[in-house]
Amino acid sequence: MTHRLTVPDRKRDHIRGAATAPISLLEYGDYECPFCGEVEPIVAEIQTRLGEDLCFAFRHFPLTTVHPHSERAAEAAEAASAQGSFWEMHEMLFQNQQALEDEDLVQYASLLGLDDVRLLREVEAGAYAGRVRDDFKSGVRAGVNGTPTFFINGERYDGARGLEEMLAALTADVV
Amino acid sequence: MTGDANYKDMYAKSRRGPLPAGTKAPEFTLRSTPDQWLTLNELQGRPLILAFYPADWSPVCGDQMTLYNEMLDEFQEFDAELLGISVDGAWCHAAFARDRKLHFPLLADFEPKGAVARDYGVYRDKDGVCERALFVIDPEGIIRWSYVSPLGVNPGANGILTALERLKDEKAGAAP
Repeated sequence: MTHRLTVPDRKRDHIRGAATAPISLLEYGDYECPFCGEVEPIVAEIQTRLGEDLCFAFRHFPLTTVHPHSERAAEAAEAASAQGSFWEMHEMLFQNQQALEDEDLVQYASLLGLDDVRLLREVEAGAYAGRVRDDFKSGVRAGVNGTPTFFINGERYDGARGLEEMLAALTADVV
Repeated sequence: MTGDANYKDMYAKSRRGPLPAGTKAPEFTLRSTPDQWLTLNELQGRPLILAFYPADWSPVCGDQMTLYNEMLDEFQEFDAELLGISVDGAWCHAAFARDRKLHFPLLADFEPKGAVARDYGVYRDKDGVCERALFVIDPEGIIRWSYVSPLGVNPGANGILTALERLKDEKAGAAP
């Protein structure tokens, strides 16, 4: 049970990479958090470098008190996911952390070729609020205390968030 | 000087380490705002979470209190009340709570400084601040779980939730 909280869950998580990949990286993050934004290119580079050896998953951990747009941004990513474009929206949001008003979300949906009216309607209705909350709650139970928090093969990673350090930790167990 | 003597007396009585589970939670009355007071006794009848922290405004504290602020709904599911406590004064707390949009009381263990933290065994004499310490108190006023985190480490909320869950399970088990 506890383990499931810290490794990608193929049944519900947004996952990139092969399900059978030997290395897993799970991130709890917040689209309005500057530290998550900072580490995003590193996470992308890690995925490029490790290729099929890596299974990456992202879960929402919006701290709305300090990041008032983070909840709706997370729900927008879920709404995009319902239209098959989670990762495209995920990247879009991280690239535009300063512009996360509703009209921005609509614009991103439109840029990605999604049904922007549907996306806004679903976000306004809180259609994915429960899903985002479930991510948040699982994070709390996994001991997440801020963002970003990473788990490598189920183990919390508290090291430096640089490319070399993270790559070293990710490949430490792999011969 | 009388004041000086009082502090010496308090230092002498300072406990080492947090009060353990099973102990009766020491009574206290502290300011929750510049013109309001909160007494432990008044809060009994429901589970209580006491979160001692070193100081308003320091980055880790902010994270911890911010996280708990996000968790109020979850604590509410256990009918539990959350109180933050530090040695900062009531006006400082008011500014901090407003800035971070915190929706739970922050108590000022301000005068005599750290007296409540001392009663709970979580005062750092050398630093003049509370430890980063958590207590879960049951509706009858008994401490059921306590934990001290390294000062710079946000302990998160998992321990609190586990303790609240255990309380709830016991209550369900005890019901006829």
